[in-house]
Amino acid sequence: MEWETVIGLEVHVQLATQTKIFSGSSIAFGAEPNTQACAIDLAMPGTLPVANEQAFRYATMFGLAVDAEIGKRSVFERKNYFYPDLPKGYQTTQLEEPIVGPGNVDILLSSGEQKRVRIHHAHLEEDAGKSVHEGASLGFSQAMSGIDLNRAGTPLIEVVTEPDMRNAEEAVAFARKLHSIVTSLGICDGEMSQGSMRFDVNISVRLKGGELGTRTETKNLNSFRFMERCIEQEVERQIEVLEEGGTITQETRLYDGDTHTARAMRSKEEANDYRYFPCPDLLPVILDDDYIEQVRSTLPELPDARQKRFEETYSLSAYDAGTLSADAAVASYFEATAKASGDAKLAANWLMGELSAKLNAEEIAIGGSKVSAEHLAGLIARIKDQTISNKIAKQVFEAMWNGEGDADSIIDAKGLKQVSDSGALEKMVDEVMSNNPSQVDNYRKADEKKRPKMLGFFVGQIMKASNGQANPQQLNEILKNKLDAE
Amino acid sequence: MNPSEIEKLANLARLKINEETIEQTAKSITEVLSLVDQLKAAETEGASPMAHPLDAVQRMRADVVSEANQREAFQKIAPATENGLYLVPKVID
Amino acid sequence: MHKLTIAEIARKLRSKEFSSEEITRHLLQRISELDTRYNSFVTVTAEQAIAQAKQADTRLASGDTEPMCGVPFAHKDIFCTNSVLTTCGSKMLSNFVPPYDACVVTNFKNAGAVMLGKTNMDEFAMGSSNETSYYGPVKNPWDTNCVPGGSSGGSAAAVAALLAPGATATDTGGSIRQPAALCGITGIKPTYGRVSRWGMIAFASSLDQAGVMAKSAEDAAIMLNTMASFDEKDSTCVDQPLEDYTAGLGNPLAGVTVGIPKEYFGEGLNAGTQAAVEAAIKELEKAGAKIKSISLPHTHLAVPAYYVIAPAECSANLSRFDGVRYGYRCDEPKDLEDLYKRSRGEGFGDEVKRRILVGTYCLSAGYYDAYYGKAQVVRRLIKQDFVEAFKEVDVIAGPTSPSPAFQFGAKSDDPVAMYLEDIYTIATNLAGLPGMSLPCGLVDDKPVGLQLIGNYFAEGKLLNLAHQFQQATDFHSLAPASIA
Repeated sequence: MEWETVIGLEVHVQLATQTKIFSGSSIAFGAEPNTQACAIDLAMPGTLPVANEQAFRYATMFGLAVDAEIGKRSVFERKNYFYPDLPKGYQTTQLEEPIVGPGNVDILLSSGEQKRVRIHHAHLEEDAGKSVHEGASLGFSQAMSGIDLNRAGTPLIEVVTEPDMRNAEEAVAFARKLHSIVTSLGICDGEMSQGSMRFDVNISVRLKGGELGTRTETKNLNSFRFMERCIEQEVERQIEVLEEGGTITQETRLYDGDTHTARAMRSKEEANDYRYFPCPDLLPVILDDDYIEQVRSTLPELPDARQKRFEETYSLSAYDAGTLSADAAVASYFEATAKASGDAKLAANWLMGELSAKLNAEEIAIGGSKVSAEHLAGLIARIKDQTISNKIAKQVFEAMWNGEGDADSIIDAKGLKQVSDSGALEKMVDEVMSNNPSQVDNYRKADEKKRPKMLGFFVGQIMKASNGQANPQQLNEILKNKLDAE
Repeated sequence: MNPSEIEKLANLARLKINEETIEQTAKSITEVLSLVDQLKAAETEGASPMAHPLDAVQRMRADVVSEANQREAFQKIAPATENGLYLVPKVID
Repeated sequence: MHKLTIAEIARKLRSKEFSSEEITRHLLQRISELDTRYNSFVTVTAEQAIAQAKQADTRLASGDTEPMCGVPFAHKDIFCTNSVLTTCGSKMLSNFVPPYDACVVTNFKNAGAVMLGKTNMDEFAMGSSNETSYYGPVKNPWDTNCVPGGSSGGSAAAVAALLAPGATATDTGGSIRQPAALCGITGIKPTYGRVSRWGMIAFASSLDQAGVMAKSAEDAAIMLNTMASFDEKDSTCVDQPLEDYTAGLGNPLAGVTVGIPKEYFGEGLNAGTQAAVEAAIKELEKAGAKIKSISLPHTHLAVPAYYVIAPAECSANLSRFDGVRYGYRCDEPKDLEDLYKRSRGEGFGDEVKRRILVGTYCLSAGYYDAYYGKAQVVRRLIKQDFVEAFKEVDVIAGPTSPSPAFQFGAKSDDPVAMYLEDIYTIATNLAGLPGMSLPCGLVDDKPVGLQLIGNYFAEGKLLNLAHQFQQATDFHSLAPASIA
């Protein structure tokens, strides 16, 4: 049997506003519990919501970025359910008339194939608060939960895709692309570990070409890696159940990032009847063409356009350009390095090579890089003018990462300057040749084709003797001349 | 409306309805619903729904922090708090 | 002193016939002596009132011109008052002391008005007889065996019993006008959005509107001037220039057309009430108004539409009362569900629970279109009736309620009969129009109210019409025989 996976995503994107969607409370991360929860956020009696203008601007920017129609009239509704992190007993959200209509996002797969994922719609809504269960360390009984409403009312856009993705790779590629779009727009800080983007994944499997299967929803995944593992596991689980003749239960599942396992939620979601109706405390939001055009005119460069520009301006491959343009911060680091060093290709290689390896190893974002774009450009300039070799450059990079200064001062301090003085190089070549007469003999007896390979021995010896500082091109030339001379 | 339907609604609305009064509740709600059932016969062709009396448009607030921390004042009137958190019986996801 | 109107008090405070402190102490004394009869107050804020009166006296001495400065009055217990118990007539809020003021409360404070206390009301403003209050029923000063009407029954009784010269109130389906009618006083519910709802505990957000109750249209105008404002904190509050409602009180009625909807004089209207209302309409004609018969053809659908929309909105508005952050919490909840169900089950009274259940039903899957969806469309038709009517007339007049005050218990077991109390007032809320009630006679020694409905933001016109009527008649000056 051949199975096909069908995946749709619902993505909660926290908007990078100063204040909540319906109150003037700060949404800064990490405050003491309930110190950023005002009377409105706490749903105190008689309090009323007033909409935050910036949230609408950001949602409009998102809509324009995914080529969607902007809802000129959008309406807030109340989604009714009881939960302690939901103070009003309803979530203010949009259903029938969302701010962003159907759109699309193009993703690039590792096969080189481009795929279009359709956006069903995106709507504005308020986030809920958080439950804290560590009573023992916080001075309350383990039988209780503590409620922190600082996050309650934080503006979100929920992006809902069509079920267009067919495997974990596509879903992750979409998720990364979305991350790239919202961070490039500056409407979300993209901090996944702080919950700034959270993914709900709807997964079903079916026999190829058959009818859609029953889906499960796994909620609140906040890393691309978790998402990938979760999808793979869930697909495997569903296929196993079906192949053993079982049926899939429609359910909501929770993924545990510590154990890397998912389980069905204990609370009975199916008993919910959300009783949506238009929120009578808020009026319809009307956005006119002038407003939409004004927002469009302020849109920053988007990842797709940036990729194209990188390919054209810097002569990068589609893959390199794609990698470097996805994240706005990476893109601007790359451009600064390329411009200051005058060599885009080297800048790209260093960024995707040494630098990204370091950042990954230490789990820091490019914004926190210990080597600035200026310093990296300085290093690249020294490679270009042959002051140092590529190999030495790695040593210099390491020193820069450790805070020992810029490339020039490190090269000076450590005496890493490449030996390009032909007199000195000739002396070294003579010395190695006289120390290894048999190798010289063999070389000279070998036929033309084998000689370049045998040259490596002499290069290695000289590099060793010069601490790697011999200019490799010059060295090659001198060696060849002397050995071929007989 | 029978008592079991009332039970279901009461669960959605998180209301405990006493066993002794549930019959009476069902009866009175049935009466109210028969009053509002008069709507069904209304001729409404061509009319659009109206959510607000004035057909006005939402005003916007500037994105500026205007609320200071008032946790102490708010938690003074709360039934149970600890370490700045509101306490409830354990939440099970 | 207690017989004086607000206009008279304001004058006498300035002519130094008495101070704000003196009249405040006098009224506090009356309340403590007499309110055991009426139960019109939930909380009396004597100490605070005297402090406010003293401050007002200082302001008056320095020539303050705010008409409400130093004038004692009462707030319906639906408005949040900083540091003062705010119960909304419910056990749910029996311990609720908000750390903030409603916009309306701030406006009266800024004007220097003196709050005597918080008045009793139907629980969460749901009721037409004041029998649903957790704090016991309010008695009608005209006959203490009868209801004062509701939900603003405490405010109405306090004014009728001369315990306060004026009081704030709210009206979702008639909660100002019907008790004003039953207690023989003047009450006005302005256009939806004219007064901020910030800090006013919500029943049905798209229908709730705050207003005032007083002894005369002139007093109502003075109070409304203080109360109305534009408030950025209420998205549904209207940013429209404020009118001085006292300025137009002298305008003659010549040229004013008063429409009489035939649907308001049908079956169910008490004969005595009808006679009194018709006599009042003749009086208006005598004063120069032109009378014209009109039709509001969807009137019969107003009560059914209201009893879908109001419960639907209330079912969500009252979800915040969950025993977690404030208000009543049940003893020893065994788990989260138990906390919710018992806190709400024990904290809310029967009528509130009934409306939450009806609203939950009307919004639930499979019923939304037939109930809520349909009611929203009918609401449009009801508004349209008024829009058409106001093309021909300036003001609409009719009865406020179908009959005078009824005895306690007469309707409390029959919700539908109780709901029909508001049959003439509800359409106004659905449309968002201003409406008022003023006394126009007695039937069996109990007051009858004349209802006036105006076009959007035509409060001034309504108040002037009422004022002209009160210049020509003295129904508004009648007081129950038992009250000295």
